[in-house]
Amino acid sequence: MADTPKGVLVTPIFANNPIALQILGICSALAVTTNLNTAMVMGIAVSLVTAFSSMFISMIRNHIPSSIRIIVQMTIIASLVIVVDQLLKAYAYETSKSLSVFVGLIITNCIVMGRAEAYAMKNGPVMSFLDGIGNGAGYTVVLLFVGFVRELFGSGSLFGIQLLEKINDGGWYLPNGMMLLPPSAFFIIAGFIWLLRTMQPKQNEAADFKIAPNTQAKEAV
Amino acid sequence: MSSSNDSIKKTLTVALLLCIVCSVIVSGAAVVFKKQQQANKDLDRKTNILAAAGLLQPGKSVDELFAQIKPRVVDLNSGEYASKLNVNTYDQLKAAKDPAMSKALSNSEDIAGIKRRENFATVYLVEKDGKLDRIILPVRGYGLWSTLHGFLALEADANTVIGLGFYQHAETPGLGGEVDNPKWKALWPGKKVYADDSMTPAVEVVKGSVDPSASDAVFKVDGLSGATLTSRGVSHLVQYWMGQEGFGPYLNKIRKEGV
Repeated sequence: MADTPKGVLVTPIFANNPIALQILGICSALAVTTNLNTAMVMGIAVSLVTAFSSMFISMIRNHIPSSIRIIVQMTIIASLVIVVDQLLKAYAYETSKSLSVFVGLIITNCIVMGRAEAYAMKNGPVMSFLDGIGNGAGYTVVLLFVGFVRELFGSGSLFGIQLLEKINDGGWYLPNGMMLLPPSAFFIIAGFIWLLRTMQPKQNEAADFKIAPNTQAKEAV
Repeated sequence: MSSSNDSIKKTLTVALLLCIVCSVIVSGAAVVFKKQQQANKDLDRKTNILAAAGLLQPGKSVDELFAQIKPRVVDLNSGEYASKLNVNTYDQLKAAKDPAMSKALSNSEDIAGIKRRENFATVYLVEKDGKLDRIILPVRGYGLWSTLHGFLALEADANTVIGLGFYQHAETPGLGGEVDNPKWKALWPGKKVYADDSMTPAVEVVKGSVDPSASDAVFKVDGLSGATLTSRGVSHLVQYWMGQEGFGPYLNKIRKEGV
């Protein structure tokens, strides 16, 4: 991994994307991507939490006893998540209503914890902060991609602005209901990963197992 | 990391300090944002009440419009106004969970799937020239995935629907979630809850669409396509809250003697 400030900011977006390559934080990507608004807010919230938790953890990394280091990380992350949740309830009430429990569940988002453990415990506060922003941006990019497809085909709108007039409202577009249900996000994320690995073939992993060729069916003896 | 970090003394110190710092931050945030959050919640509730009653006007402040609405607490068992409870502080949903303030419903009574019903409910009245104009009633009930919370607005005859709107639910987007669709909501105004003088709710959400020429079309609302269970839930919750277990006694009083 690149160790320049620019490197830690940019590589997680495509080259080392937390969702596409590390396959972390999928759960919330399924839940909050039915429209771009919530996807955007969720992305920003996760970026901020990852950045600040990484920074604080990095600041006290030399004083954290290794026996309770996970608990220390969780406490810091949880506190920040509560602050973000309160902030959203105060200044973005509508969005916080549609995000509901998922803001609280940022605590369990593997990206936050993963960056704290993998990066912030070994690097300085400034770099950790940038690393958090970078990984948050990588997460946001995938969320926006998924949200774009789901909102456009599921509701015929983008950022709440109606582009395709729905039949229910007297238009011509029959919305694809599956796009509004969580499973569709799986397909879209898979499509994103496929796209990314086609563009950057070095992200392909070697197969763990080889599938044996089909054997001829034989009659039971 | 030096090994001295792992001594019991250091571990305890770090844990203690961290807990204190974090709890100060968390409680600080809760205190600082509390006022704004409460204001948001109130505004949201008021907006929903106004929307159900069809009183929401773009460009006018919600607080200004809400000034014409008078909240009252009603005793659901007797149908009388309860003066001993403070309208501004009474929390209906909290009371529904309190055994002293509510009653458990048996399976046959509980068609709306709410398990417990509070003894008192907050209703919102709109008066025009000193006379009752609109009655806005809180309703709730189980759909497919979630409890739908909303408001039903009636005209002063306590029978004709002005509007029905839900402010909180988690039904399937695009199917049951269409309860929020303005086109579907527009089917409700003008429908009648009760037939003639009976106090048994006749209104229902039917499967498919309503034949407008049928004599009972005024009691029937089109179901949501692809959302049979949500439609049934809405049907049941309206029937429950309009029935004897819900606002029936209260509405009966209004019909008999006015407010």
